[in-house]
Amino acid sequence: MAASLRSNSRHHIRGHAPASDLTEPWPIRLALILGTILFLGLFLVLPLVAVFAQALAKGWEAYQSALCQPDTVSSIWLTLLTTAICVPIGTLFGLAAAWCLGKFDFPGRKLLLALLDLPLSVSPVVVGLMFVLVFGRHGWLGYWLESYGIKIIFAVPGVVLVTLFVTGPYVARELIPLMEAQGTEAEEAALVLGANGWQTFWRVTLPQVKWGLLYGIILCNARAMGEFGAVSVVSGHIRGKTNTMPLQVEILYNEYDFVGAFAVASLLAGLALITLVLKTILESKTAHQMALAQVSGPETTVAINSNGAT
Amino acid sequence: MQQDHRLIRVLRSLASVSGILMGRRENSFLAGLWVLSLVMGVVCWIGCGHQQPAGVIEFLNVSYDPTREFYRELNETFAAKWEETTGQKVLIRMSHGGSGKQARAVIDGQEASVVTLALAYDIDAISQKAGLLPPDWQKRLPENSCPYRSTIVFLVRRGNPKAIRDWPDLIKNNIQIITPNPKTSGGARWNYLAAWGAVLKQELGDWKKLRDPAFSAQVAAAQQKARQFLKELFRRVPVLDTGARGATMTFVQRKIGDVLLAWENEALLAVKQLGPEQVEIVTPSISILAEPPVALVDAVADRLGTRQVAQAYLEFLYSPQGQQLAAKHFYRPVRPKDVAPELLAQFPKLELFTIEEVFGGWAKAQKEHFDDGGIFDQILLELQKQR
Repeated sequence: MAASLRSNSRHHIRGHAPASDLTEPWPIRLALILGTILFLGLFLVLPLVAVFAQALAKGWEAYQSALCQPDTVSSIWLTLLTTAICVPIGTLFGLAAAWCLGKFDFPGRKLLLALLDLPLSVSPVVVGLMFVLVFGRHGWLGYWLESYGIKIIFAVPGVVLVTLFVTGPYVARELIPLMEAQGTEAEEAALVLGANGWQTFWRVTLPQVKWGLLYGIILCNARAMGEFGAVSVVSGHIRGKTNTMPLQVEILYNEYDFVGAFAVASLLAGLALITLVLKTILESKTAHQMALAQVSGPETTVAINSNGAT
Repeated sequence: MQQDHRLIRVLRSLASVSGILMGRRENSFLAGLWVLSLVMGVVCWIGCGHQQPAGVIEFLNVSYDPTREFYRELNETFAAKWEETTGQKVLIRMSHGGSGKQARAVIDGQEASVVTLALAYDIDAISQKAGLLPPDWQKRLPENSCPYRSTIVFLVRRGNPKAIRDWPDLIKNNIQIITPNPKTSGGARWNYLAAWGAVLKQELGDWKKLRDPAFSAQVAAAQQKARQFLKELFRRVPVLDTGARGATMTFVQRKIGDVLLAWENEALLAVKQLGPEQVEIVTPSISILAEPPVALVDAVADRLGTRQVAQAYLEFLYSPQGQQLAAKHFYRPVRPKDVAPELLAQFPKLELFTIEEVFGGWAKAQKEHFDDGGIFDQILLELQKQR
C-alpha cells in the first residue's frame, strides 16, 4: 500500500509540471554532465585503471609471482585473519548496541551514542598510539602483560585489536537510525502475542533490519581490510608476520617493487569494487526498508516481511 | 523440568538453523549469516595454523630504512652458513623504518634481538630509556660496533640542470631540497650535521680551531653562519618525510625537488634501480663519516633464547663475506682489505669528518640540535613565523 501511494504522488508531480520548469537549459545541462564525467574520469576511474595497469605492466606472470612472494602471501593471510575476527565481533557488537540504543530509552543513552562515534572521529594514528600507551612496554598494562609473556603491541593481537576498535561502530551506526525509525510497535505486538524475548529478536527485529545489517557488515569489512594508519602504528612492520595488505603495499612500493606493490593494491582495489557493487544493491534495499518504516509505520513492514515480499 | 524446557528450546533453534540450511525461504538471510560465519571461522582456523614449522629459531632485526636490500641478502647468506655449521635452521625477521621511530618501537616493546640503526644515539636511547642493553654497548663489537660506513651525498636529476656541485650551491635561489625529518630519521640527522660541518670547515679551514680558546670568537661566528645556512636549507624543503626511503621516493617517484640529500648507499641504489638516465650522484668536496651501529639487545635476546645466534649474526657482519655484501649494497666496508677492489672503486674519495671531532659525539649533537627546543626546532619555528 505504501509503495503504491508513493509512486502515485510522484506521478502526480510529473504529470502537471512542464519539463522546462524543472531542468536547466540544455547547454548548462551538457556542461554539468560533461564536467561530472570528466571529474569522475580523472579522479576516480583513471587512478583505478592506473593501479591495474601498473600491476599488469610486466605481464600476467609477473603479477602472479608478485602475489606469491611469501611476505605478500602472509600479509594477505593476516588481513583475512583480522577481517575474519573483526567482522563477526563487530556484527554482534553492532547488533547488540543498535538494539539497545535504537529500541530503548534510558539515561546516558546520548552519551553512549556519542561514545560509539569516537572510533570514527579520532584519527587512526591516534588510535594506534592510544593502544601503544595502554599495552606498550611502558604502558599501563605493559609490565603486567610482559610478566605473563603476552605480546599485544607489535604483534598480531595488536593489529586485530586496533582494527576491532576502528571498525566497531560501522554496523551499529548503520542500524540505529533504521531501528529508531521502525519504532518498537512490532516488538510490542510480538510480545503481546506470546513470543519470548529471543523469538522477538530473531523473528521480528532482525528480519526488519537485515539489509541495513548486511550493509553495515560490508562497510565494516571494507574498513577492516583497508585500515592503514592505526595498524601501521602498532604493527611494528615485521615482514612476513605483522604486515597487513595496506602496509605491504607501502613496503613494496618503497622497495622499487612497483609490480608487487600494485599487484597487492589491485587486490585491495578489486575488493573495494566488489564492496561498491554490493553496497549499491544493499543501499536500495535498505532505503526501501527505511521508507516503509517511515511512510506507514512498523505494522506494514512486518506484514510485508512476514509475507516474504521484500 | 525447567532444564528440559531449555533443552527443547536449544534443539528447536538448532532445528531452525538446519531448516535454514535446507532452504526455507524466509530464513535465507539467516542462512547467509550462518554461511558467512562458517567461512570466517575456517579462515581463522587456517590463519592460525599458518605459522612457523617447529625447530626453527627465529629472531627479529629492527633496522633503519635503506638497509632493506642489504639485509635481505645478508640474512639468506647467514642462514645458510648457520645451518651448515650448527645444523639449526634460522629465520631472521626484518622491520624497517626511520631510525628514531624504530628505536621508539623497541623502547615501547618491539621484541628485537638485534638492532641495526642509523646512528649510535638511537641505540643509546634504547639503553637509557628502556635499559634493554648496557650503556657501554658500543664497545662490545669492533670498530665502535659499526661494521659498515657511509656518507651523505647529493642526488640530482639527470644532467644536473641546477648545476649543484657542492654545499654552497644548495641555497641558491630557487632550488628545492628533499631531506627527511631529523626528528624521526637518522639519515636526516646525518644530512643536517654534514651541512653544518661543511660550513664550519669552509669558515674555519681547520678543525683544530674548534678546540682552541684563542679562536672562540671566530668559531662562534662560524657556528652562526652554519645556523644561517641550515635555515636557508630548510626554507627550501617542501616536504619532510619520516624516513630516508620515503624521501628518496618523494624525489625519484613523485619527482618533487631538485636535489635529494641522501645516504651514499641510498643514492647508489637509486641510480642502480632507476638507471643513470633519470638521476645522477653529485659528491660534495666534504661530507660527514656516517657510522651506523649494530647491537645485541641483551634483555630481549636472553628472554627469547636467541643470544647465541644473534651474536653470531652480528659478528658475521665483520666477516669477509659480510663485508663483501655490505660493499655490494653500497656501504663502505670497515675492513676494505677483505673486499674486492672493483667494489671499492664505486666509492669516490672525499674529505670526511667525524661527528666526534666536529660535534663532540652524538649525545652532545642530539641535545644541541635535535632535542625539543634545539636548534632544529628553533629554525623551523623561525621559518614558520616568516611564512
